[in-house]
Amino acid sequence: MLTKTQVTGEVVTVYLKGELDHHTARRMREAIDAAVELNMPSLLVLDFSEVGFMDSSGIGLVMGRYRILSKTGAQLHIQGLSPAIYKIMRLAGMERLATLQSKA
Amino acid sequence: MEIINKFQLTILSRSANEGFARSTVAAFASQLDPTLEEISDIKTAVSEAVTNCIVHGYQNEFGKIYISGEITSSGELRVKIRDKGCGIENIEKAMEPLFTTVGGERAGLGFAVMESFTDRIKVRSTVGKGTTVLLVKRIKPRFGSKNG
Repeated sequence: MLTKTQVTGEVVTVYLKGELDHHTARRMREAIDAAVELNMPSLLVLDFSEVGFMDSSGIGLVMGRYRILSKTGAQLHIQGLSPAIYKIMRLAGMERLATLQSKA
Repeated sequence: MEIINKFQLTILSRSANEGFARSTVAAFASQLDPTLEEISDIKTAVSEAVTNCIVHGYQNEFGKIYISGEITSSGELRVKIRDKGCGIENIEKAMEPLFTTVGGERAGLGFAVMESFTDRIKVRSTVGKGTTVLLVKRIKPRFGSKNG
């Protein structure tokens, strides 16, 4: 399993696991979209604590989810970012689309 | 500048090989005693270049991706990633951040990430013949490191 979903009220948290690249992005994307469609959250939290690697495929994934959420005015929060993943998120300007939080 | 070690690797342009390619290059680079950050930078840049071969170079076909690496006596890692795919018509345009020809959920940041995570990148391409990307990363010598 590359993802695990938790629903608390209007908040959907999806825990991603493994390496996020062009090969794995599709399955992660489908799981997130299914959870969003089913629960229609006002806040989607993507947890990267167990993502060991991410390239720009992860940026495409975040941008795509932001587009979907913005149709209903829902917010996006990204947490558990390792220094390497945080670096790519910042390079791509993702802090303009979502709140970013590093790994504790 | 002397080349002290090199490798060659040929893989099929299947997305399942993206992880294999970046991990192999990272393992080769580990001889230079890089920091975790430097290893992560190398893996990310290689992943972008290999994904470009798969997504853009060969598109819906399978072809071979040729990866070669060299370590120099000055502590430089040079990785060449080549495909024999469709080639790039306008390299300057292709290297612009957010530019992408495939749509979907590609962010168009591949070259921007490669540039940002290495010290130098060079792209050579001929339409209909393929593309070669050279990634150069200098690994800073650390106290007690053995680059030999």
